[in-house]
Amino acid sequence: MDTEKQAIIKQLVDDMGTEGLVVVIGAADPEVAQVTAETVTFGDPSFAGPLAGVSLRLPVYHILEPEVKKVIPQDVYKEQAGFLELVANTEEIGKIFREIRGKARET
Amino acid sequence: MYDPVIKACSHVLIHTPSFVRYGSKPSREIDDSTTPVLPAIETHLRSFEEAVEYPPNQVFIGNLHPDRLNGIEQPWYRHPVEDASRYGAYGEIMPEEEFLGLMKLADDFDLMWIEKESAPMIKKSLQAHPFWNNSDLGKIDAAVEMARIHDKIENQGSLPLYCHGRIVGCMHRHHEKDDALKAQVLMENLMAKASGALALTHLLKKSDIRADEIDLLLNCSEEAVGDRYNRGGGGLAKAIGEMCGCVSATGCDIKAFCVGPIYALVHAAGLVKSGLFNKVVVVGGGSMAKLGMKFKGHLAKGMPILEDVLGGLAFLVTGDDGESPSIRMDSIGKHDIGSGSSQQNIMESLVLKPLDRMGKKITDVDRYAVELQNPEVTVPAGSGNVPLTNYRMIGALAVLRREMNREGIDRFVLEHGMPGFSPTQGHIPAAVPFLGHAIDAIKRGEMNNAMFVARGSLFLGRMTQLSDGLSFLIEKNPGRKAPN
Repeated sequence: MDTEKQAIIKQLVDDMGTEGLVVVIGAADPEVAQVTAETVTFGDPSFAGPLAGVSLRLPVYHILEPEVKKVIPQDVYKEQAGFLELVANTEEIGKIFREIRGKARET
Repeated sequence: MYDPVIKACSHVLIHTPSFVRYGSKPSREIDDSTTPVLPAIETHLRSFEEAVEYPPNQVFIGNLHPDRLNGIEQPWYRHPVEDASRYGAYGEIMPEEEFLGLMKLADDFDLMWIEKESAPMIKKSLQAHPFWNNSDLGKIDAAVEMARIHDKIENQGSLPLYCHGRIVGCMHRHHEKDDALKAQVLMENLMAKASGALALTHLLKKSDIRADEIDLLLNCSEEAVGDRYNRGGGGLAKAIGEMCGCVSATGCDIKAFCVGPIYALVHAAGLVKSGLFNKVVVVGGGSMAKLGMKFKGHLAKGMPILEDVLGGLAFLVTGDDGESPSIRMDSIGKHDIGSGSSQQNIMESLVLKPLDRMGKKITDVDRYAVELQNPEVTVPAGSGNVPLTNYRMIGALAVLRREMNREGIDRFVLEHGMPGFSPTQGHIPAAVPFLGHAIDAIKRGEMNNAMFVARGSLFLGRMTQLSDGLSFLIEKNPGRKAPN
């Protein structure tokens, strides 16, 4: 996750707090999505950006998970995420994100 | 006149472990980190033999087909190719000591000094190379005492050059107040020139064409040549051509981030087709700045630093010769400024529009070459598997067009794509490292066509949010006799 995006998320948390804030990630590549999700949960693993050592533990979902899909109007979802849904391995992504949320709850 | 052909190509790698410290990311980390970074880098560098035996590098120079990587267990660096040769069908993997000599041959301004004790080793190693054994290597003989090198490094902004753990020379700055001519920038430019010249030399040998037959050179390297008044506004095309004896050629540079080689090839094809030029070389040298770019991810995973090689490419575009694969002039796919920036928009512009124009289906293209970054370099650093994502996108377009069902995407990727095998050198992975394999397979009748799709990140320069891309298709030469 690049340092600019980390700075935006950190700013949002500083301004609004973590209450009611959810991060939705759209990367089609499972590894990229995983690193991004871990960064907003446990902090920047490369210790290079504004989230280095900052464990925000924000609830994190992928745009292709059913929890997100069901709250977006179907036509909008199809237009904006339909292609990504075909490209990505949705099962693997779902598994990765459930694990990260589980780990965040446990620790 | 029939469509132009790509008559020959060369793909080279230069193993430069001692220059990893000068890559943009490692040099910043070495300067800024509170913990010692350089010793960690040095203990994770590969030997020349390990770089030669590395399966993706063997694919790059043409000794293995990209498909063979599907059968080699990952990590590939733990599964070296037995009896691997440094020379391949499309080029070679050059060791650092030879390349230092080549850099000195490329140096027309005494920017680089070689230390006296090291000069014989550097000269001898370059003399053992089949291309330079009869050359005048006098420039290397003009070596200097170590004390003068230390003085330059300590007092005048020169940077030490290393080989096998010791100082073997230094690179100077060429103006006290000009950051565009400081030692690190000149080192980067000289390495791009020398590696481009190595690629062009292989091309000339392989194509059996005389250097003085070339009439235009287009350089697509990613360096920024120039002084403080025109930083990046200069070029390397003629510098590379001069070094290789292309006395009848002129040249200029075509820069387009990671799409540079595709733009240069499309320009070359257009200029040959128009009759303005007859034999056009597209050449690109390697990028020092990108050495060790993802080294932190590699160190964190206990891997060797795999970004220890420079890449170099050269292609010869000529009029139809009746046998080499043609660049179809109606196949150019472009990403227009107003096309929209979603992944789907980009892929439709680059893949679907040209296929529709040619009356072809997605599955009619035997192989797609996309950005071919080696996933073993990018995945551990959190940058994902770039080629796989691109292949899945092309497969998804085929699903949307009802050419196949969703379950067919994995098979499509396997049959129409390939694993990434290119070093992450910006313009080098831009689809074209597959050109050698594609030309040979088409000539052997194993394939009819291949599409080359590259994408670039215009936004990196902070002047636009746009991204970019360009594509073309080559196909079997119909073997017609060209009209007189």
